[in-house]
Amino acid sequence: MTHLATITMSPWFAQADLDWKTFALWSVVKIVCVVGVLLFFVAYSVLAERKISAFIQDRLGPNRVALPLIGSIPVIGPFLTKLGFWQPMVDGLKSFLKEDFTPAHVRKVYFWLAPAITMIPAFLTVAVIPFGSTLGNQQMVIANLDVGILYTFGIVSLGVYGIVLAGYAANSKYPFLGGIRSSAQMISYEIAMGMSVIPVFMLVGNLNLNSVITYQTGHLFNWVLLPNWLVFKQPIAFLIFLVAAFAETNRMPFDMPECETELVGGYNTEYSSMKFALFFMGEYANMIASSAMMVTLFFGGWTLPWFGLDQPAGNFIGGVLHIGIFIAKMLAFMVFFIWVRWMVPRFRYDQLMNLGWQRFIPLALVNIVVTGAVLWLLAGH
Amino acid sequence: MVDSQQLREYVPVLILAAVAIAFAFGTLALSVVVGKWANRSRRTGHSTRVKDIAYECGMIPVGDGSSRLSVKFYLVAMLFILFDIEVVFLYPWAVVYKSMLVDHANLIFGSMLTFLGILFVGYIYALKKRAFEWKS
Repeated sequence: MTHLATITMSPWFAQADLDWKTFALWSVVKIVCVVGVLLFFVAYSVLAERKISAFIQDRLGPNRVALPLIGSIPVIGPFLTKLGFWQPMVDGLKSFLKEDFTPAHVRKVYFWLAPAITMIPAFLTVAVIPFGSTLGNQQMVIANLDVGILYTFGIVSLGVYGIVLAGYAANSKYPFLGGIRSSAQMISYEIAMGMSVIPVFMLVGNLNLNSVITYQTGHLFNWVLLPNWLVFKQPIAFLIFLVAAFAETNRMPFDMPECETELVGGYNTEYSSMKFALFFMGEYANMIASSAMMVTLFFGGWTLPWFGLDQPAGNFIGGVLHIGIFIAKMLAFMVFFIWVRWMVPRFRYDQLMNLGWQRFIPLALVNIVVTGAVLWLLAGH
Repeated sequence: MVDSQQLREYVPVLILAAVAIAFAFGTLALSVVVGKWANRSRRTGHSTRVKDIAYECGMIPVGDGSSRLSVKFYLVAMLFILFDIEVVFLYPWAVVYKSMLVDHANLIFGSMLTFLGILFVGYIYALKKRAFEWKS
């Protein structure tokens, strides 16, 4: 009797006493790996951006930086140098070595907080994204939350604070305009984004992102060529989500906040050294997170419908393969992000707001109604 | 009754938050230290009057940094709060929609149409009041 009482009375963390240590240990291992990979991709997507833009504009891009020893290895050294492989490391080192200067006219506390507040949500978004099936007995997701997508939207909305604070803290005209523009833009597209994915969850019936992936296994219409991805069932939702993701990450057709030709650098005009680099890294980390989100919601996550790759992996090789599939899909989206930046001219601000409020919100509403009606008809009433 | 399994899933989120905060502030702190060390032979750290003024393309800044802004931005903020709350109400409904179609199909479909209809009337009102127009 006393024994039973202790079990029911004990707090939630003591109930799983047996595997508590292993759980914490594996969580830390997963977090360290994910953050490491994320930082790697952040650094090298900056390089990819420079290289792809150079390719599109018929230039060479970064091809000079070489490390003393590795640069003189016969074939590999010059090749990596030409690829610009060492550029991100040197760029990172350079931002550290610059004088960390805080101008006298800024609001100091917010000025220091803003870069950190931009960076932290970008990191936190990846927590719920399943980046693989299983590896050993571990699920390849940092936190398998049942509220999945709500958590993501909650964290994404925190990203507004960093930019707004930066604009306010700088106490200077260009950053102020950049911060104000960006806050209005980001909150507008947040609504379109939140509405666009509702049909997805009407189909799935669960907010957990793992169930979204489970839903997308198999083939569409039992036809072997087409995967059962939600992008085919909800193309309008995907389109709205994609455009809203561009607006939320302040990428090119919608990069109003930093708009070089009008606002110098926008909200980060007064920043220097690593504080500037943190804004930069935050932007790219956000791009990676939203790419991962789109892959999970609309492109089947870590699954491929062929060769049984849509079932959780039974062995180690399968688990690694699933992570590889996820990363490949994510990188395809990253290239798309970069490609669009160098292909599409910037929107005017009123056009941007009209697109969000007058096109996408009604479109998303109609999409919800149509999905609901189709499901209602299919249910046979 | 709280699902202990689900509560446990928030522990990695907290760890990740700690890692992210440590990374962000660690980088900021390290940047100050390394920046001081790397520039120790130069005359940095001195703030001169010119270095301290706000950047305005090389001109001396005129007036205050934060000027007045268009009322449109406040309007967008208010509309955001209204619509975002409506979006939040849509999520619980979307999740139960499929399972409720089995037994109470007309009830859930009808309540969806009613809610979205009211939302849409509000949207049309804001549209007719030209709240979304940016050209003045």
